[in-house]
Amino acid sequence: MALKLSDYKTEVHNDWCPGCGDFGILNAIQMALSEMGIQKHRAVIFSGIGCSGKTPHFINTYGIHTLHGRVLPFSQGAKLCNPELEVIAVGGDGDGLGIGAGHFVSAGRRNVDMLYIIFNNGVYGLTKGQASPTLKLGLKTKSLPLPNSNNSVNPLALAAVSGFTFIARGYSYDVRHLKDLIKQGIAHKGLAYLDVLQPCPTYNDINTREWYQGSDNLDPETGKQIPRTYKLEGAGYDGIVHLEDEADSKMSNAILKSYEWGKKIPIGIFYQNEMVPTYEERIASKIPDYVKDPPSSQRVSLTDGRSNSDISNLLDILRVSS
Amino acid sequence: MSLTNKVKNSLNWLIGGAQGSGVDSAANIFSRACAEGGLQVFGKREYYSNIKGEHSYFTVRISEREIRSHVDEISMLVSFDAETLLRHAGSVVKGGGIVYDSELVDVKIGEVPTLDDAFRDRLVGLLEGEGKPLTVQGILDYASDNDVSLFSIPYFQLLEEFSTKAEDHSLSKLSRMVNVMSLSSSMALLGFPFETLGSAIRYIFRSKPKIAELNVMAANYAYEYARTHHDASGLAFSLTTKKPLPDVILVQGNQSSALGKLTAGCKFQTYYPITPASDDSEFLEANAIVPQAEGKDGSILVLQTEDEIAAITMAIGGALTGARSATATSGPGFSLMTEALGWAGMNEVPIVVSLYQRTGPATGLPTRHEQGDLLFATKAGHGEFPRIVFASGDIEESYYDTIKVFNFAEKFQMPVIHLLDKAIANSITTCKIFDQQRILIDRGLLMENVSDISPDLGHASHYRRFKLIRDNKNKNGNNNSDANYLISPRVLLGTENGIFWNTGDEHTEEGHITEDPEIRTAMMDKRMDKLRIAIEQIRDEDKATLYGIDEPDSLTVISWGSTKGAILDAMDRLIDEGKKIRFVQLRLLNPFPIERVRTLIGDHKQLVDIEMNYSSQLGLLISENIGISMDHLIVKYNGRPISSSEVYNALVRIILREAPRRIILKHGA
Repeated sequence: MALKLSDYKTEVHNDWCPGCGDFGILNAIQMALSEMGIQKHRAVIFSGIGCSGKTPHFINTYGIHTLHGRVLPFSQGAKLCNPELEVIAVGGDGDGLGIGAGHFVSAGRRNVDMLYIIFNNGVYGLTKGQASPTLKLGLKTKSLPLPNSNNSVNPLALAAVSGFTFIARGYSYDVRHLKDLIKQGIAHKGLAYLDVLQPCPTYNDINTREWYQGSDNLDPETGKQIPRTYKLEGAGYDGIVHLEDEADSKMSNAILKSYEWGKKIPIGIFYQNEMVPTYEERIASKIPDYVKDPPSSQRVSLTDGRSNSDISNLLDILRVSS
Repeated sequence: MSLTNKVKNSLNWLIGGAQGSGVDSAANIFSRACAEGGLQVFGKREYYSNIKGEHSYFTVRISEREIRSHVDEISMLVSFDAETLLRHAGSVVKGGGIVYDSELVDVKIGEVPTLDDAFRDRLVGLLEGEGKPLTVQGILDYASDNDVSLFSIPYFQLLEEFSTKAEDHSLSKLSRMVNVMSLSSSMALLGFPFETLGSAIRYIFRSKPKIAELNVMAANYAYEYARTHHDASGLAFSLTTKKPLPDVILVQGNQSSALGKLTAGCKFQTYYPITPASDDSEFLEANAIVPQAEGKDGSILVLQTEDEIAAITMAIGGALTGARSATATSGPGFSLMTEALGWAGMNEVPIVVSLYQRTGPATGLPTRHEQGDLLFATKAGHGEFPRIVFASGDIEESYYDTIKVFNFAEKFQMPVIHLLDKAIANSITTCKIFDQQRILIDRGLLMENVSDISPDLGHASHYRRFKLIRDNKNKNGNNNSDANYLISPRVLLGTENGIFWNTGDEHTEEGHITEDPEIRTAMMDKRMDKLRIAIEQIRDEDKATLYGIDEPDSLTVISWGSTKGAILDAMDRLIDEGKKIRFVQLRLLNPFPIERVRTLIGDHKQLVDIEMNYSSQLGLLISENIGISMDHLIVKYNGRPISSSEVYNALVRIILREAPRRIILKHGA
C-alpha cells in the first residue's frame, strides 16, 4: 500500500507559536519520508530539548524525545545497534551547538550513516529567548536585556572540520527545497548535517521571515526586495567530492562559502563526500558479521533460556586444572 | 628452625617495584605457578595514578584451603628496588623472608624521590627510634632484629653471567627480566619446584615464545643461585605443589564481570576511559567475536565515547533496539550519567551500568579503593524513578551477578546499577570454573511481534508502550492506589505496528507529552510499582545472603560488596576459635529488601556494620528502611581495601567489649 503524506502525521496538538519556522521543517520531513516511501516503523526521529524537541511527537514514526544536548549519542547508539533503521536526529541550535557541542564534534569523527537537522533560529525559544550559540556578536533581540556578548559559532564550518560528510543548509520557508535537501541527506552514505534557517517569530525580531525575504534589502533601481537566500546549485557551486584528491579543496570552498552572510545567504549543499568510510563500515572491518547480524538482531538465548554465547574458549585460557 | 616445622603452603607473598618494571607480570607468574601447583590464590594489586616510576606492589596470598581476602602480615617480601624495601620490609613477620638486591643496601631514604613526604617522615621516625641508619640497610636490620631472614641476590652480577651463558649481550634488555629473577629466587627459597614455575612463565609469555624461553632460562639461573648460595632454614614458610582440584580457573576481577556480560548476551557496551572500569570494556573489545551455541559467531560492539554522558545515552539508544546494552564507569563518570539514568527510568529502558567504585569525592584517590557510592547509586538523579542497585561481593559472584542484572533490567524495564569496585577489579583469585548454564536468560515482556501481546496486556491493533494495566488480583500493594500496575509489554524500534514515542517529559500511554495531573499520578504509580514487583520476584538469596553460625546469641556482621572476602576469612578464624558469629551480606540495595533484612536480623542484639566508607552508608540505609541502628560501625576510608587481619582484630575487640562504637581501620601501604 502506497504511503500518503497524511500517514506520517499524528493527531497530537501542535503547540508551536503561530508562524513558527518549525512548521516548515516538520512538513518537509514528512514530505521527504512520504516521497521516499520509507515505511513508518523503519524510521525513528530522535530529538533534543526545546521547541524542536517536540517534532517527533507530530510524526507518525518511532519518535524518541531525548535530553537536552544528547540527541546525537542517543541516535547513534540506536543506529549502530540496528543499521536497518532510518534515523533522523533533530534539535535546536542551543541543543546541538551549546550544551551538545562536544557530541556534534565527536559524531563528525564517527560518520554514522544518518541525518542530523538543526533548527537554527539564534535563540533559546522555549526558555523565552536567551541568546543561542548561533546569534551574532552584538545583536540584541527583543528578548535580550543587553546585546549578545558571545561570538557566534559557524555550524557548517564546524561540521566540515569535525568530519560530517554531507553539509547543507536549508530555509524553513522554502519547504520544497528543504524537502529535497532532507531526501539527499537521508540518501547520503554517512553522517549528514542539515542546518535550517528558521525564524523564531516570538523572540528573534532580527532574523525574521521578512528579513530573510529582504525587507531591508532593496534593489536601488527597482526598489524591490531582494531575498537574502539564494541556491548554491543555481549559482554554479558544486560541493560534491567526485575524486578523492579534491576533498581538501572542496572542503576549503565549503568553509569559505559558509562564512557568506548578510545580504546574500547561500542555501543548498555545501559539501558532500561519500568516499569516507562510514562508522558501520569501520565496525565491519573488525567484526565481519556486523552488517548481516548487528547487535539488535543477535539472539541472546536458546529456547530453553540457556545463553547462546559460548565463552568456553576464554575460560579455557584461565583454566589451571582440567 | 628446622625444615620440618615450616608452615607449608600458607603464606602472604609481596612483590613491589616501580610502575612499569614488571611487578604485575611477576605476580601473575607467581599466582599462576601456585594455582597450577594445586594451591588456592588470592592476590591484589596496588598502584599510583601514574604511568611509570611510582611504587606499585602486588600481594598474593596462598593457602591449601579456600581464601577470599588479603592479610596485612607479609611472609615473603620480594624486591629488586630500594623503595619496596623501605615501604614494606617493616611489615614482614617473624620467620618471614626478604629477597633483595645486594647493591641497594647503602641507598639512603632521602635518595628515593617517589616516597611520599609523610611516609618518609614516619620511616625516619621508626629507624631513628630503633637507632638504625637511615638507609635500606637500616630497614633490613630492623627486619632482621625481628627474626626475618635476609636473602641478598646480586642481580647485576647474575645478569652479566647469564648474558655470557645465553650468548645475549644486550644487558639493558636482559635487565628487564630482573622481576622474574627476583620471583624465581623467592620460589627457590620457599622450596617450590622449578618445573611448575617454568610452566607458569611460559603461560604468561605465551604470545612471545622466544621471550618466554629467555625468561625461563633467567629464572632458572636465579633459582639455582638462590638455592645454592642461601640457607633458607630460618625461613618459617615453604611452598610445595599438590594435586589440583578439578576445573579451577585463575581469574581477575576485571575479567569476571566482562565474561558475565558475554554470557548474558550483552551486545553493546559503551565507555569513556576511567580507572578502574576501563579494563572491563577493553577485555570485551579484545574478545568482541563470541562463538554462539547455534554455531555461527556472535559479537559485542564496544564503543569508546567522547564522555560518560554519551556513553550512557548511546547505551540507552542501543537498548531501544533490543541489544542488551551496558556501560562501565567509575564514580566521576557515573556522576555525569545521572540525568540520563533518570531518562532511562522515565522511559522504562533496560540498561546496565557497571559502577566500579574508587575513592572519591572529585578525583579522590583515582587508583584506590572505596565503597563510597552506595547512597549515591541508590538516589542518583533528580526526581523519583525506579532503579535496581545490586552489589557483588567477590570475583566469582560478579560473573553470575552480571547475568542476573541484565535479567533484572529487562524483566523490570529499568536501569540497573551493578556495584563493583577497585578491590574486586584489581584482585585475582582461584575459583571453580564459571558455569555458563547456571543462570538462565530472562528478557521479561520483550515482544518480537506486536501480535504476540495478549489481549489483557494491551490491544494488538493499537500498541501502547506505556499501557496502564491494572493488576486486579493483587491489591496488597504499597502505593495506596485502588490496584497495582503490571509491567507493560516492550517492543523494539523497527517493529511493525509497534510505533511508540519516548520522552523525558511525563507522557501518555503512547509516549506523548502530557501534563495532566491524573495521568501523571498513574504513570508515577506504574513506574514505581515495578519496585514492588522486583521485590516480589527477586529471590531471597539474591537480596541478602547469610553465612556463619546462626544462633540467637551470635554476633551479627552486616556488610555489602567486596568486604565479603575479608569478613568470611576473619569469621572462619573466629569460628575456629569457638566464637559464634554470623554474616549478612546485602546484595540487593535498591529497592531495599526490607522484609528479608528484617528476617535475617531477627532478634539479634549485637549488630556490626563493616564498610569501606566514612559514613557507614549501608548502616544509614538500614536505619532509613527498618529503623534499626547498628551497635558497632567498622569503617575504613584510606583508599586501601580492608584486610581479613583488620576485620579479625576489630571483631575481637568488639567481642572483648573493648571497642568504641565506631572503629576506624587504617592499615595500608
